[in-house]
Amino acid sequence: MGQKILLEHANVPGIKTYEVYRREGGYRSVEKALKSMTPDEVVEEVKTSGLRGRGGAGFPTGMKWSFIDKKSGKPRHLVCNADESEPGTFKDRYLMEYIPHLLIEGMITSSYALGCNLSYIYIRGEYMWVYRILETAIKEAYAAGWLGKNILGTGWDLDLHVHCGAGAYICGEETALIESLEGKRGNPRIKPPFPAVSGLWANPTVVNNVESIAVVPWIVNNTGAEYAKIGIGRSTGTKLISASGHCKKPGVYEIELGLSVDEFMNSDQYLGGMMDDRPLKALVPGGSSVPILPAHLIFKNAEGGDRLMSYESLSEGGFASGSMLGSGGFIVYNDTTCVVRNTWNFSRFYHHESCGQCSPCREGTGWMEKVLHRIENGHGREEDIDLLWDIQRKIEGNTICPLGDAAAWPVAAAIRHFRDEFEYHVRFPEKIKSRDHFVAEPFEQVKHLVERQPVI
Amino acid sequence: MEISHAHQEINITDQLAERLFELISHYPPDKKKSALLPVLHEVQDAHDNWLSIPLQDVVAGMLDIKPIEVYEVVSFYTMFNQKPVAKYMFEFCRTSCCAVRGSENLMDYTCNKLGVQEGEITPDGLFQVVGVECLGACGYAPMLQLGDYYKEHLNHEKVDQLIADCRAGKVDLHKLTITE
Repeated sequence: MGQKILLEHANVPGIKTYEVYRREGGYRSVEKALKSMTPDEVVEEVKTSGLRGRGGAGFPTGMKWSFIDKKSGKPRHLVCNADESEPGTFKDRYLMEYIPHLLIEGMITSSYALGCNLSYIYIRGEYMWVYRILETAIKEAYAAGWLGKNILGTGWDLDLHVHCGAGAYICGEETALIESLEGKRGNPRIKPPFPAVSGLWANPTVVNNVESIAVVPWIVNNTGAEYAKIGIGRSTGTKLISASGHCKKPGVYEIELGLSVDEFMNSDQYLGGMMDDRPLKALVPGGSSVPILPAHLIFKNAEGGDRLMSYESLSEGGFASGSMLGSGGFIVYNDTTCVVRNTWNFSRFYHHESCGQCSPCREGTGWMEKVLHRIENGHGREEDIDLLWDIQRKIEGNTICPLGDAAAWPVAAAIRHFRDEFEYHVRFPEKIKSRDHFVAEPFEQVKHLVERQPVI
Repeated sequence: MEISHAHQEINITDQLAERLFELISHYPPDKKKSALLPVLHEVQDAHDNWLSIPLQDVVAGMLDIKPIEVYEVVSFYTMFNQKPVAKYMFEFCRTSCCAVRGSENLMDYTCNKLGVQEGEITPDGLFQVVGVECLGACGYAPMLQLGDYYKEHLNHEKVDQLIADCRAGKVDLHKLTITE
């Protein structure tokens, strides 16, 4: 069980090299698309597949492609977003490091569909060795005639280059990424105009996640209809999940969407349960930005139905009792984790990564970090908890780009589901002096203290 | 990060210049500025891993842009260093997934072993321990970045070994010398 699309050949020795990749059937989608399909037919296949953007937002890829402005006559660009920086997410790195040609093949086929002649892969600067792997793979593809002038004698030209960032989470936001690719600070742009109309150098541009592009060859080879048969409902196909935290077997897994969270978490084929068999306390299913789920809402939703690994199921119950599939950054926490400390950690991250353009985000993320820091370090006040709630509410929806929301949601969810833990920190500062306070004494064991304490 | 006025020897070798031309050729001739980030990476790597103001001015000249266009970019991105750094900069990821697997304690251990506070450079100029945000290695925590590579699944022994290897000159920051 569990069909593999992206990682089908991941274990073939030498798959990183052009020869082996080609021998395993690589670059067939380029031949098929260029020789027997029109660009619009490729777009249609991707639409039919139901593929949704794998970077986190889950917007249908085919629809995004159909928005690109082909009428203006301006040059068009495809940019692959390999700026993977969402805490908990490391799937794209795995793909690019082990099967770099899959991404390059996807870039060629997708660029053909969009009518691009110059495309880029924007990779985060810290993945420098992966940047060099991609550079080598691109050179191999040029040498074999898959890139350059008059590809396969069709008269179509494509140049593909890899571009590296330099340590800025915000450049994962598509308009900030474009700014950065233009050699500027990564400040997101106001939309509209959307990149599909005015993107890189004011030309029509599509920005897609690595995983979205890497799946295009399979869709072209096997048809969109076949892809749509995999998965569940509107969550079609497979998804790479990067698992980390307190699970037995962290790593990158390809799952068919619709797999139950229980099976993913506990079966030996996947995560194999909890590290050291300690109790599960909380889960962040889709990267640091999505709401954290308490133990009782992980395997079942609020109505008692099974929770599945799909866009729909993970968001059942809205933010009151659900979360999001997001980027597939699956972070598992056991009972030794301090939710307050973890939330402070996330807030520090967002404060550090805020570009500073919008006041609610620039000031709000710093303020949240400061308040959370004092609660975690035993200097918190009872009213700080409501203050935090108030700050996050004022950031959400009030910024140019979604970083503000991403910073607000984890704080909101932590207070919503773990308010008693915040109260414990505020009321028993002497018990949280050590960084590892819940390692020695998990919250479950001291929870009763909060319940007994009257609120003054 | 504040700017340093420390002296920096600027040396654009032929080999470096050739590489920079190659990078610039990846963009349309009238969009040379787009090459700024990749160019800065290469230039910084060739200059003890930091970018002085005079060096940034040289980069501006290469790309036909104003110096301020370089300064504003260098000060925005955390990977560009505006002041001298140690030869071996241990950049520990301290974001959630690494933190819950012990990165903070491991960073403290490393600081104690080297006798420095976070951010400080050892008197011999060799080591520096810095806490950074998520590096995308969450499943292989705790980990650190050293030069172009990641060292993952760390523990006390591996950190000890890494420090010893650096001291012995066995670590090339831009070539994979030790796996994990």
